[in-house]
Amino acid sequence: MNTLIILSALGVITLFAEIFRFRKALFPIILIGLAGAFAATAFEYCDNPQPIFNMMIFDKYGVAFSCSLIIICFLWFMMARNYFLQETSVTDHFALILFALVGAVVMVSYSNLVMLFLGIEILSISVYVLAASDKASILSNEAGFKYFLMGSFASGFLLFGITLIYGATGSFDLMAIQHYAAASNSSTGILTIGVLLMLTGLAFKCSLAPFHFWAPDVYDGAPTTVTAFMASLVKTAAFGALFRLFYTCFAGISGQWTSVLWWFATLTLFIGNVSALRQFSVKRMLAYSSIAHAGYIAIAIVSMSVTSAQAILYYTLSYSIATITAFTVLYIVERNTGRNDFGAFEGMAKNNPFLALVTTIAMLSLAGIPPTAGFFGKYYIFMTALNSHNTQLVIIAVIAALIGVYYYFRVIISMYFKPEKSDIPASIGSLHQIVLFITTLLTILLGVFPDWVLRWI
Amino acid sequence: MNALLKEIPLNWYIILSTVLFSIGVMGVLFRRNAIIIFMCIEIMLTAVNLLTVAFSVYHNDSAGQVFVFFTMAVAAAEVAVGLAILIVMYRNTKSTDIDVLNRLRG
Repeated sequence: MNTLIILSALGVITLFAEIFRFRKALFPIILIGLAGAFAATAFEYCDNPQPIFNMMIFDKYGVAFSCSLIIICFLWFMMARNYFLQETSVTDHFALILFALVGAVVMVSYSNLVMLFLGIEILSISVYVLAASDKASILSNEAGFKYFLMGSFASGFLLFGITLIYGATGSFDLMAIQHYAAASNSSTGILTIGVLLMLTGLAFKCSLAPFHFWAPDVYDGAPTTVTAFMASLVKTAAFGALFRLFYTCFAGISGQWTSVLWWFATLTLFIGNVSALRQFSVKRMLAYSSIAHAGYIAIAIVSMSVTSAQAILYYTLSYSIATITAFTVLYIVERNTGRNDFGAFEGMAKNNPFLALVTTIAMLSLAGIPPTAGFFGKYYIFMTALNSHNTQLVIIAVIAALIGVYYYFRVIISMYFKPEKSDIPASIGSLHQIVLFITTLLTILLGVFPDWVLRWI
Repeated sequence: MNALLKEIPLNWYIILSTVLFSIGVMGVLFRRNAIIIFMCIEIMLTAVNLLTVAFSVYHNDSAGQVFVFFTMAVAAAEVAVGLAILIVMYRNTKSTDIDVLNRLRG
């Protein structure tokens, strides 16, 4: 609970920065506040958590995911400061990000469907604005508008699902729904329809195929820093919410929805990876790659085993960190060359070996090559699936991962083996250097010591 | 009031809400004007609100009615943001037709 209070207060303080003219001091205040929120969250970690008004519960799962979200947000702030410093309304953007983080924390630690809905909306509404925040750019407007239309359409389905579940069970409380679902093994029509509608609504938010079509456009059109936020933090929160709901409430009636999610996962893996192959823009390639990664995470949810939560936490964290590295580099490249296609990366290894090295490690992690965290993320997901006898899904995912290697290596090939013609500067801002160093270090350290994350749940 | 609401069978509320919701969904899928699409999304949310209240009376549980307040507040916030984005878009394109949204492809 303290986490939510600290983060909300931080958001409000950020809004006041413009009025009371402490904009210069804002950035350190936010970083300190986030560190404080992290400490407050970690402090709530205990074996016997109590629900707060039957609305929120900071159990191990909630605390671990909240900590992970705060870390991602911290790295994002370090990455995005330079971009927003040139804007006049830096405070608005930072406040929106902090409120989005509040929504994300609510989404991973709710114990009532009302809070799930509110968390999703707090997150989404902030991100709609951020996606459209580049007011002069028509692409950004289009991205924001599409995201808004698709997001509120999905909210409608989610809400209808919540209502039908309420109608069937007579309660919004996760525990009550769980008892009802476990007791009524023979399916009740309304409950099943409700569960499937909620799955549809959440699949929209997680960009699972066949509800992924908005994602490439939105990720492509939004400002690069905002895309990084959507691809990392929003995705982590969406999967945290999806898994919490289905593991807590509907594990007892898994026969009714796992086959649907099975198809979602398979379609997502193929559509994401195959579409990423034929992209010219790195930003769009990363958008499709983020859809593909959603497919891997969905495998862990289909499996519904006790290790699923660990696998999802580890995967989302390793994926988000690698994504932030990739988008930081993309931002630097875009800023200096004005382009975001593969050609813009050519010859980076000569001009700036550090940037090329961190990009390589991020791409290896996203592709799932051994020493990096991405490999162990995929390994735990596949082990979880194999333990619950989802062999077919693992075979499909391995084939998809092999396709994925091709387009991640295209970036590496452009950087190292193409003739030099890029205008990427030899030195980058110190803040970007720090964030790239931290994310790369984390990618390798998490790969070597996966236990640091896994033992939290 | 309760007695009056309960005189109509619950199934009728479910059917009415489902029909309203479907009208909303069809509108979002087939209309081209952004403002009409907004209205259709509102119809979807309203259908849900109606059903929630009906269930709430049926279960003798006030939680559903409280939930409807949250939904209405969130829907209002959503529309405020949506219209703001629409205005920004209109300034650049001079149109509220969603067919102009075709610059992002691939």
